[in-house]
Amino acid sequence: INHIVHNGGLYKRPFNEAFEETPMLVAVLTYVGYGVLTLFGYLRDFLRQWKIEKCQNATEREEQKDFVPLYQDFENFYNRNLYMRIRDSWNRPICSVPGAKVDMMERVSHDYNWTFTYTGRVIKDIINMGSYNYLGFAQKAGTCQEAAAKVLSQYGAGVCSTRQEMGNLDKHEELEKLVARFLGVESAMAYGMGFATNSMNIPALVGKGCLILSDELNHASLVLGARLSGATIRIFKHNNMQSLEKLLKDAIVHGQPRTRRPWKKILILVEGIYSMEGSIVRLPEVIALKKKYKSYLYLDEAHSIGALGPSGRGVVEYFGLSPEDVDVMMGTFTKSFGAAGGYIGGKKELIDYLRTYSHSAVYATSLSPPVVEQIITSMKCIMGEDGTTVGKARVQQLAENTRYFRRRLKEMGFIIYGNEDSPVVPLMLYMPAKIGAFGREMLKRNIGVVVVGFPATPIIESRARFCLSAAHTKEMLDTALKEISEVGDLLQLKYSRHRLVPLLDRPFDETTYEETED
Amino acid sequence: MDIKSMKNYLYWLYCQFELVTCSYLMEPWEKLLFYTFNISMLVMVLYIAYIFVPVHISTAFHFFFHLFGNHQENTVSIVK
Repeated sequence: INHIVHNGGLYKRPFNEAFEETPMLVAVLTYVGYGVLTLFGYLRDFLRQWKIEKCQNATEREEQKDFVPLYQDFENFYNRNLYMRIRDSWNRPICSVPGAKVDMMERVSHDYNWTFTYTGRVIKDIINMGSYNYLGFAQKAGTCQEAAAKVLSQYGAGVCSTRQEMGNLDKHEELEKLVARFLGVESAMAYGMGFATNSMNIPALVGKGCLILSDELNHASLVLGARLSGATIRIFKHNNMQSLEKLLKDAIVHGQPRTRRPWKKILILVEGIYSMEGSIVRLPEVIALKKKYKSYLYLDEAHSIGALGPSGRGVVEYFGLSPEDVDVMMGTFTKSFGAAGGYIGGKKELIDYLRTYSHSAVYATSLSPPVVEQIITSMKCIMGEDGTTVGKARVQQLAENTRYFRRRLKEMGFIIYGNEDSPVVPLMLYMPAKIGAFGREMLKRNIGVVVVGFPATPIIESRARFCLSAAHTKEMLDTALKEISEVGDLLQLKYSRHRLVPLLDRPFDETTYEETED
Repeated sequence: MDIKSMKNYLYWLYCQFELVTCSYLMEPWEKLLFYTFNISMLVMVLYIAYIFVPVHISTAFHFFFHLFGNHQENTVSIVK
């Protein structure tokens, strides 16, 4: 393998990311399947329209039939004809803490998923491959739980105010100092909801006359925040540094569209780990571009904080870079810390500005005290400040689990997307019937997985997404892998046609889609 | 035991057909409609093939045989 470095030696470790191309036969058969379901969808809509069949979905009232139709677009057609058939794989009610194993309430449907009834039985000890429990802090016993219980008896559960009014507890100040120390930034601020952190703070940072360059596959919270801000949004291809550089060059050279004035601010929005693809952002190259073209970087580490890096400090530590290069470091406490909420870290002037001007600080209720204590205890555990090596052990266990699981799945012959080191593992299913079949078969074998279909992914690229956890032992992973292999043989999911060579350090453009060793 | 594994294999093939054409997701009356349509199309194609393919093959055979210059025995050649 000739390992020619094209980007100036920015990467200190190999960057192995691969997205195998869809096999042609599989793509054709997927379209055939969708075609058949669409025809039957038209037939059922016709029967519902002419009252031959009972209509159980939402329709307009009789008086509104002459108005603009509400339910005729493709989203609603997909919803009532395709989504309803496989709806039992989602919204499954669980009745225990979502750790490595979870209990689920069994439900059946007698009218093909329009209504569900509970049988009353609880399915116990399902191996949980769907929760974002990367470091295993979703526990109901342990130091975090005891500390949170103590704080609950001391402060109560509700705060009943916003941060700017009466909701600024000393616990919040302690948390923010700890988060700033954890990330290596000057100052940080914590909010009650991760989605709201993005959607309410991006409008405070940019406005009209600014330019936002956002990745193709950014999360809905980033897209919503960008749209609410009123800035101009331009999209670059997923993780493609040539596309980003071209957009930056055009922005600097041509300026704003009509007036040709220079942009007030250029903000690049990227995520640490993209949860639908399992890919990691090319952070060294993004930072090099940002410095060259003098723009700002907003990094959303929702899935990568706690999960990447030798001591769990996120994607900045994973690449060995300095946190001062990233202007706004955002993350959530939901995934690796077992709590809820989000934070933004950066320079002191930035955070002081956000304390006054962010919509979340002014109007949203602040974090609840037991949740804050859970975050504080888990963060201290990861940093090693509680006197044990539990945190370091968990981070290492997660890295081992990730490598082992991905290697075994690739050997079995499944198509797996994403980077070798990301704990989010998407396994491609492609055909619509296999989405429902995979979810149901895995539940029969006592493994809970999350399957994802159309609106969240492109229509033919449906997938099953496994989220690994430090709480998974090797035996659990082996059981899960055995069952996945069995279901893969039953449903014929082992599509991978040839052994892939890991992607070289070459620029990622349209011609280098995959490297193969034939 | 060969019959049993053969039956399992055929059942597995039927499952794959169901998954690919999404009849796994259909309600029983939709499945009936779909299979009736498919089987009737298949039967029609096979019937047409049974009727017409021998005629087509023999016509093509005669055409090519004549084209390559081989005179047949029962043609009357004009002798001056």
